[in-house]
Amino acid sequence: MIDRRDMLAAGLTGAALAAMPLRLRAQAVAATAESADGIIAEFTGGAALTGAGLVLDLPETAENGNGVALRVDAPGATEILVLAPENPWPRVFRASFGPLSGAQSVATRIRLARSQEVIALARLADGRVARASAPVSVIIGGCGA
Amino acid sequence: MAQDVEPRLRLPKTATRDEVIEIRTLITHPMESGLRRDENGQPIPRAIIDRLSVTFNGIPVIDLAIEPAISANPYFAFQARIPESGEFVFAWHGDDGAIHEARRRIEVV
Repeated sequence: MIDRRDMLAAGLTGAALAAMPLRLRAQAVAATAESADGIIAEFTGGAALTGAGLVLDLPETAENGNGVALRVDAPGATEILVLAPENPWPRVFRASFGPLSGAQSVATRIRLARSQEVIALARLADGRVARASAPVSVIIGGCGA
Repeated sequence: MAQDVEPRLRLPKTATRDEVIEIRTLITHPMESGLRRDENGQPIPRAIIDRLSVTFNGIPVIDLAIEPAISANPYFAFQARIPESGEFVFAWHGDDGAIHEARRRIEVV
């Protein structure tokens, strides 16, 4: 529990609590983690972008960042990637759809360390990449996300 | 820790040919991110499920690459098309190399 409070405090007050061990550890992680922009660039690979064809559903407010309901839906997509850029590691999950996928949607529960804009990318059937994002206000951050 | 890993599945037992069904999956697992510490201040090692692959009669349905940002007891719901009677194989892969497998038959009626 102490860890979770540390995490929350670190998230809320940033540099003011830089001396806290967990904050230092989070910074060390951030230094070695991939950047969200880099992951997005790798996924899109120069493909044309579109805002259509992808729906990302998240609550506007999450009481508890340890379990936030998420649903993505991208009809005809071959792949969906979800990122939480303000988490210690931005990647959340990547879904690859096979020939017997009945509909290209996924529902799950995710961890959000703090309030942030969650990003989803979908590789559509025509090769374009759709992008959607949704802001989520997190009351209590999910530690260790 | 890992001894309590138990898959749970919800899907129909029958379908009509080419019906799209919803499958809900959950596996009991702490999804330990590696960022937390125990009560003595020692880091708790990372231990997560990092992949879920699903096939029907050997044909891929979905393959999920899973990160620590997925909540404990990872839940995933998705859809599959049922072209004929057959068997689903669900395989959850742990980052320790363990594979937890579950199978379900579904009959086309």
